[in-house]
Amino acid sequence: MSLLPWSIFLSLAGALLALAGGLRSARTARWIALLTAAGAWLLTLLAATRFVPGPGLQTLVDMAWIPSMGVRYHLAADGISLTLLVLTGLAATAGVLFSWNIEERTGQFFALFLTLVAGVYGVFLSADALVLFVFYEVAIVPKYFLIAGWGSTNREYGAMKLALYSFAGSSMVLAGLLWAYADGGGHGFGFGDLARAAATLPRQHQIAIFALVFFGFATLAGIFPLHTWAPTGHVAAPTAASMLLAGVVMKLGAYGCLRVALPLSPVGFAYWQAPIAWLAVIGIVYAGLVALMQEDFKFVIGYSSVSHMGFVLLGIAAANAQAVSGAVLQMFSHGVIAGLLFAVVGRMVYDRTHTRKLSDLRAMPMYRLLPFAAAVFVIAGVASMGLPGFSGFPAELTILIGAWKRAPAWAAVAALGVLVAAAFTLRAIQLGFFGQMEKQQAPANGRPSEHAVHFGPITLAEKAGALLLIGATVIIGLYPDLLLNWINPALQSPLLQAALKAGTP
Amino acid sequence: MNPDYAGLFSALQPETALVVGSLAVLGLDLSVFRRHPAAERLRLALWVASLAVLTAGAGVWLGARGAVYGGVLILDHLAVATRLGVLALTLLTLGVARGAAPPRQPAEYVAVILFAATGLMLMAAAQQLLIAFLSLELASLSLYVLAGFDRARPESAEAALKYFLFGGMAAAFLLFGFSLIYGVTGSIELPQIAAQISLQGADPLLMVAIVMVLVAFGFKVAAAPFHLWAPDVYQGAPTSSAALISSASKLAGFTLFTRLLWPGFHGAVGNVYALTAGPGWLPVVAVLSAASLLLGNFAALAQSSLRRLLAYSAIAHSGALLLGVMAAGRSGPAPLFYYASTYGLATVGAFGVISAMEREGRCEYITDLAGLHRRSPLLAGCLAVFILSLAGIPPLAGFFGKFMVFAAALRLGGVAGPAGWLAILAIALSAVALYYYLIVLKQALVAAPAADARPIKVPRVTALTLVAAAALIVWFGLDPTQLLGLF
Repeated sequence: MSLLPWSIFLSLAGALLALAGGLRSARTARWIALLTAAGAWLLTLLAATRFVPGPGLQTLVDMAWIPSMGVRYHLAADGISLTLLVLTGLAATAGVLFSWNIEERTGQFFALFLTLVAGVYGVFLSADALVLFVFYEVAIVPKYFLIAGWGSTNREYGAMKLALYSFAGSSMVLAGLLWAYADGGGHGFGFGDLARAAATLPRQHQIAIFALVFFGFATLAGIFPLHTWAPTGHVAAPTAASMLLAGVVMKLGAYGCLRVALPLSPVGFAYWQAPIAWLAVIGIVYAGLVALMQEDFKFVIGYSSVSHMGFVLLGIAAANAQAVSGAVLQMFSHGVIAGLLFAVVGRMVYDRTHTRKLSDLRAMPMYRLLPFAAAVFVIAGVASMGLPGFSGFPAELTILIGAWKRAPAWAAVAALGVLVAAAFTLRAIQLGFFGQMEKQQAPANGRPSEHAVHFGPITLAEKAGALLLIGATVIIGLYPDLLLNWINPALQSPLLQAALKAGTP
Repeated sequence: MNPDYAGLFSALQPETALVVGSLAVLGLDLSVFRRHPAAERLRLALWVASLAVLTAGAGVWLGARGAVYGGVLILDHLAVATRLGVLALTLLTLGVARGAAPPRQPAEYVAVILFAATGLMLMAAAQQLLIAFLSLELASLSLYVLAGFDRARPESAEAALKYFLFGGMAAAFLLFGFSLIYGVTGSIELPQIAAQISLQGADPLLMVAIVMVLVAFGFKVAAAPFHLWAPDVYQGAPTSSAALISSASKLAGFTLFTRLLWPGFHGAVGNVYALTAGPGWLPVVAVLSAASLLLGNFAALAQSSLRRLLAYSAIAHSGALLLGVMAAGRSGPAPLFYYASTYGLATVGAFGVISAMEREGRCEYITDLAGLHRRSPLLAGCLAVFILSLAGIPPLAGFFGKFMVFAAALRLGGVAGPAGWLAILAIALSAVALYYYLIVLKQALVAAPAADARPIKVPRVTALTLVAAAALIVWFGLDPTQLLGLF
């Protein structure tokens, strides 16, 4: 356990080394990135084997940082953070594998990538709201440069939109935290200290503080109607960045909601609970419907991410043990599945066909041209639909059951979203991979036959990355208790219990 | 009063070192190095000047503390910290000047920088109206000269003239204000003035006087609506002059006026909780702050010139720093000093990058930065640190400055108070600011270089200066107690 903070520093060291290695050759940078990402992942797995689940955060490091403000460099972990740490390591390793073909400024790419990963590890390990905020911002900045520097379609717009949304959200968080700290006469930025400070304020102020912090974080989690950065950002991003973005960075927002906003002000949570749940439910259905209409393959996945993140927010809003543990499980599950989907579309298909238009792909028999990609996408799609045997199933089921217990209407509408998800996923599978080369059309646009010859085989790195992710979703799908046994005790911590109690009528 | 010349001399050792240094620069240049090429004369002058600055720094660090010469000067924590900050920023400015093309009279240029630094050092410690005015004028006059030093470009002359006209006007206001204060309170010593003001309260004449002082304050730190000189000076002045004007001069200005306002005029502070409850200077500062924040951030969005963008960003930062001034009465000047000094580091660094780029072509528009990451990875990396620190991205020092100032402002009457509102406004505007900072970084780090762009060779001293500034920003960010420990 005590090794966990090294995952941050190992990633940062990897970033510097990759930058230096990139000056020598792209190959060196790649291997450095792979070794450090995998190394950090191993650290989290090692910690997981020694982890004893229990309520409350288990302190790893705690020392004064800015004494005059009561800020402490306090890192700690519990079952929830451990789940997400393991996910981060997995997504980072797979991300490096799927960016093996980056040739341009490879060292800088991996340096930014690993800095982002380090920030994400830091957020999941922070037990002090300001430390969390610092790592959160560390994760935001590299995203902009990854997308603007190595992205595709409309990348500068996508990158700037994403950066501004993220930063606006984090400004709201900072305002809320400072308000609670300064106005409430707080002595520090520990989650408990802030909650005590906020509790001294009038009810109206608490409601406003909660709104600032929650919606600030929820922006990054893609809550409707603040989700619009997500599809454009995902589409513009290079594959590894989309994988991290959908897989892990959106989780930062949801994690912030759960870890910071809820305990900060149970009173505010009680007030905002229903609006949040309805926004989450609307997001699930709306984003699903939009995904159904998309012509660009990557936009389908982008909107599906928003839809799936809606489940996470619904789980948090439903505020009972079942729904919240389901939400954390869904964070893990979606992190893996979205990573897989983006990997297939962005790396396996787009880098070879140079098109993401479903109408173009439809004209090619992709299942014969790239059978491995088709198989992986079908598996990921099925997992994404929430079929039993994959991690999406236990996650969404527990969320729906939990939400049903709190308010049946939420669960009923959200269940509609599951149907919509099935529809857009099947449509994407059908159009993207099982299109027929229509004889009359083939000469007209001339592309399929031309490209069919040039498609390179799926590389070993791609296969390894895909198998890692598929393995994770199957293992958790078959044995969700592996994670739930970590998550459930963590929900018993007094801070979370106070929040959950406030959300239960 | 028993004049204590020995104490005065020992307290003014650093200033003496600077003045002797600048005379040495002039003397050596006139005698020994008269016939040498300009680049060599500049190099020698900069070495001598750096030596003088380092000696002065040692003098400040080891020198006297407490009131000097019957309280004319005060060497408290704020003064010592500011003096060290001014010297550090001057040293960095000298490093930046090393990378620029040598001016026509290199030794005079360096000597005037040292004179300006002397004035700024005295500003940091002044506790008497006359000394305050004289030190401010010494600094300002030197800075006017520095702004107009590049006689080859008409923009430089325009910058100097604008700066001088605005500055002269501000100085007139300041002197008028000081004379009214003397008339009302019968003293030019800040402690006596403070005692007198708290005795007689805020009478209208005093308020007029304080508002006049605030006009000069607004000019000195480029706060709206007294900011009009800033964009032209930043654009037209030689790069290292602009670096000094935007960093050390700002730091010393904030220290001087914070000292005038809080220990001096705190009896007329007005109400912290509501703008309308009773007269005082705090509401005026609040208005200056709000105007600077709004104008600076929104005007910066529209800039295509890099230097003008830095100028408007400086105005926006002044708005946030004014919040620190408002909060200094309750939370002490430490957050304000931290913000002002780390802001100075970032802006000296940014101007240093500009000056290094000007060696290989121009660096006027933001688009001139295009492809910097290929032309000079070192400059691009340093610029990223400086700009991200200005944008307030943790863990760089710029974030913690904002964080502490905003926290202090929110402590001042909560969100319901004007300071609280301003803090929330400033936080909201920081998201706006990120846009224009990212535009700069996009050019430097993402965009491809122009077809005819050459790699940039950075002189070793300048590279060292920039790396030092960037390292300090990272270090003070990771461990803010290093700077806060001065208090």
